[in-house]
Amino acid sequence: MQPNVTDIWVYLAQTPLLWLTATLLVYYLSDTLYQRLGQWPLANPVLISVTALIVFLTITGTPYQQYFDGAQFVHFLLGPTTVALALPLWRYADRLRRMLLPISAALLIGSITSLLSVVAIGRLMGVSDVTLRSLAPKSVTTPIAMGISEQIGGLPSLTAVLVIVTGIIGAVIARDLFDRLRLNDQAARGLAIGVASHGIGTARALQLNAEAGAFAGLAMGLNGALTALLAPILAQVLGL
Amino acid sequence: MLRGMTVLLVCQLIGEATVRALNVPAPGPVLGMALLFAVLLWRGAPDWLDQVGQGLLRFLPLFFVPAGVGVLNHIQLMRAEWLAIAVALLVSTIITMIVTAGALMLFLRLTGGRKASGHATECH
Repeated sequence: MQPNVTDIWVYLAQTPLLWLTATLLVYYLSDTLYQRLGQWPLANPVLISVTALIVFLTITGTPYQQYFDGAQFVHFLLGPTTVALALPLWRYADRLRRMLLPISAALLIGSITSLLSVVAIGRLMGVSDVTLRSLAPKSVTTPIAMGISEQIGGLPSLTAVLVIVTGIIGAVIARDLFDRLRLNDQAARGLAIGVASHGIGTARALQLNAEAGAFAGLAMGLNGALTALLAPILAQVLGL
Repeated sequence: MLRGMTVLLVCQLIGEATVRALNVPAPGPVLGMALLFAVLLWRGAPDWLDQVGQGLLRFLPLFFVPAGVGVLNHIQLMRAEWLAIAVALLVSTIITMIVTAGALMLFLRLTGGRKASGHATECH
């Protein structure tokens, strides 16, 4: 019996079907758990799914590349879905037009705050210079962040991890943070989520409120471009 | 479904091509979003596009999972400094959110913009 099961596993583990199904199944279960727990922040479905899949891959000794061969079909949808963020944004186009100046100013301040605060806290905590440079672009979407990291002398692959962790942190804390601050303006909530925690935060913002999601998507896009311009300048000023 | 998905992919494709051609510091899909936004301002959003878009957006968190699992490959990199890194990320994320939202509220007040939108406190 034993060799049979092993044979089947060896076969299935190499097919995209297994890892694609595993990704959907794990996410479905995580999301169900999240809803059952009354959307308890630490049961965030992205956090739970990623953790569960990492544990599963580690136990079965499956290389990430083999997993990704299947999961890439899910990953691919990230592109067209990012494009689709234009739809909620368009619905709030009037509001956006009226708030153009305040939004631009808040974006600039938020972008600088993200860069400065993470470098300052990192220094206080005594992390190495390479890690500091890798930390700086942590709030922008992965491809931009990796490019910035490389440009200012960080480790792009470390930055990729830091970006994802930052996104999950943002998604987990956003609602409770704003509720506690009694900050109820959905545009402000969304803008802050998008600036601080890019796409993963934006996905969460969309679940919380359509207007928050619209402004989070906008902030994610603009903050990416803004950070790409600001990070090299700040790195020089800070002597990184 | 087919038409909507095609429009989204065409926008992404143009975005990717533009990024490569002009060396824009933004990912292709983000440029695609800007392009679609411009088209929507001009023509509006037909139902068939809205349905596909909203359908995809509901599952946006799921689409981040495969990239998130990629953390697996780099856990070693964080081993030595994980606590310092975790503190820096958490505190910086909180500060950034508060400052950004606070700055927008302040500027809205200064420019005499609108009052709080969405769920006002008294609605609860």
